Amino acid sequence: MSTTTERTDPSLLEAYTQMYFIRRFEETLLDLFSEGKLTGTTHTCIGQEANAVGVIWNLDPAHDVVFSNHRCHGHYLAFTDDDFGLLSEVMGKVTGVCGGKGGSQHLHSGNFYSNGVLGSIAPVATGVALAQKEHDAGAVSVVFLGDGALGEGVVYESLNVASLWKLPVLFVVENNFYAQTTPIELALAGSIRDRGAAFGVESAELDTTDVFEIQQAANDAVARVRETQEPFFLVLHTYRFSPHSKGDDHRDPAEIADRRLRDPIVVAGTRLSDDERRSVEEATERRLAMTLEAAEQAPAAAPEAA
Amino acid sequence: MSAQERRCVQVLNDALHEAFERHEDVYMLGEDILDPYGGAFKVSNGLSSRWPDRVLTTPVSEAALVGVATGMALRGLRPIVEVMFGDFLTLGFDQIVNGISKFREMYDDRVRLPLVVRTPMGGRRGYGPTHSQSLEKLLLAVPNIHVVAPSECHDLRTLLHRSIEDDEPVFFIENKVMYGRWARPPVGGRVGELACTDTGGDYPALLLSGSDLEDASVTIVTYGGMLPLVLDAVTELILEHEIFCEVVVPSRLLPLDLEPIVESVMRTGALVTVEEGTLTAGFGAEIAARVQEAAWHELRNAVKRVAADDGIIPAARGLEHAALPGAVDVMDAILALEGVRQ
Repeated sequence: MSTTTERTDPSLLEAYTQMYFIRRFEETLLDLFSEGKLTGTTHTCIGQEANAVGVIWNLDPAHDVVFSNHRCHGHYLAFTDDDFGLLSEVMGKVTGVCGGKGGSQHLHSGNFYSNGVLGSIAPVATGVALAQKEHDAGAVSVVFLGDGALGEGVVYESLNVASLWKLPVLFVVENNFYAQTTPIELALAGSIRDRGAAFGVESAELDTTDVFEIQQAANDAVARVRETQEPFFLVLHTYRFSPHSKGDDHRDPAEIADRRLRDPIVVAGTRLSDDERRSVEEATERRLAMTLEAAEQAPAAAPEAA
Repeated sequence: MSAQERRCVQVLNDALHEAFERHEDVYMLGEDILDPYGGAFKVSNGLSSRWPDRVLTTPVSEAALVGVATGMALRGLRPIVEVMFGDFLTLGFDQIVNGISKFREMYDDRVRLPLVVRTPMGGRRGYGPTHSQSLEKLLLAVPNIHVVAPSECHDLRTLLHRSIEDDEPVFFIENKVMYGRWARPPVGGRVGELACTDTGGDYPALLLSGSDLEDASVTIVTYGGMLPLVLDAVTELILEHEIFCEVVVPSRLLPLDLEPIVESVMRTGALVTVEEGTLTAGFGAEIAARVQEAAWHELRNAVKRVAADDGIIPAARGLEHAALPGAVDVMDAILALEGVRQ
């Protein structure tokens, strides 16, 4: 690993900081579940952080809109930086970003929305793009889908409409090769990228965990959508190290171990000095500890007095 | 031409034109809505010629259509969706149940969904099992949405305007047979021979009666396209049997104002519900449950429900007629309730 004292590209440090924070945030969530401090469910994106950070890096939260899915924590944190709102939401606290009503997978803050039915969000994001095109020209509507969502027909209705009506939607497919426990070869025929092409939507496909490469590809995609006001289909092959939810993992441990060799945080971290990494890691732990303490102290969400 | 001399489809069409004139944020999305066709039932006729940028004809993608409108509404536009047949609303149900019904409340009351989904329901046109249903009862089971189902005696124009200007998502149910019938709002407090008052408010219920209210012995609750059939039955009951009814006709089924129904039951002591949809878990079942909770001791008899058979709506005229509730079924229910032997 590098021990150079040369100045690091600030965007690399920032990307690493964001990814590392998302990783530790979600590991903390899983710990809290194990300790019995959280109820309900959660879907972590551990291993997929470079997608959230790389894509959202290129967005303007004042104008662009993100629609995410059940696996939304990374997207939410990268877009809003609101760890307290998210943690206290998942903990069912009144200070949660949705007052505890949404929980882990139903979030809304500013221009960020998420919902828990996979393909369901695609037409809504398409409608958002139509409204944006009318009122905020140049803004982009980004919808994050997984490979699982490609099983739902409404995604294709949405691609068709977005292409037909020339709407500024960036469809991002994060293919982590599993829909819950079902491997992609049991669920998906044909090519993912061709699905965009079939509707005349321009596309790009990456198989990398390097946040810089994703940042660059997403930069091109977002710029293309802004400029043309037409949709774009960005396919990111990825992998989650964590279970779909909490304990539901039947994958071969050797497969997961192999994928961990390409951990996006390790890939980005090797470009930083030991001191830089340590400094990020310490700052992350301090921030998380403060957020956790504040969230634990916040009052539980309760029905309003009649 | 006065309002009384216009067919319901024309009144609705005029109201849509006015809404587009009044509000720049109003859009229409639907299948086959462009001129010269103007929608399968012509309710959207002429809109696309005047506002080509705001009238979007769509692919046959009902789920996307409802979802796209949801996204538009989430960002401040006022989309109107025309679903060609109410039967096709089922294709959009995920959007309705997991999107429209959820966003405002689960996002902690920080978003609004000012959208309208208009759709024709109902049979009696021989379209057969998948083009004749009255599926609005499925919507009545969905929280956080509003369901408006006007009759030909309501002020259709005002109800459609209020639905479009409403910040809540409104499902506006238009009966197919009603389209071609004359709009007949009350004139001088009367609809034909019957006295007619309304309950006021944004979505008023009508109260029709063939007598001084004190003499009525049965309350009928109905809505939408069943109203003229119910009024035929009410007239016949007066002429043939000297049985007088009060008819309560809500314009909004969800949320429902129960008060005028309960007030009427307090006077009459008996209740019959009449709907064109199938019987089980229908509008009448909900009304019956609520009225017995509110006025159990006022009821002389169990509430009677008149509805379609729990089956398909066949295409052949005679079969369709037998499956759907008609004026005779309403009369029979009331005669049975009143203990009149036939």
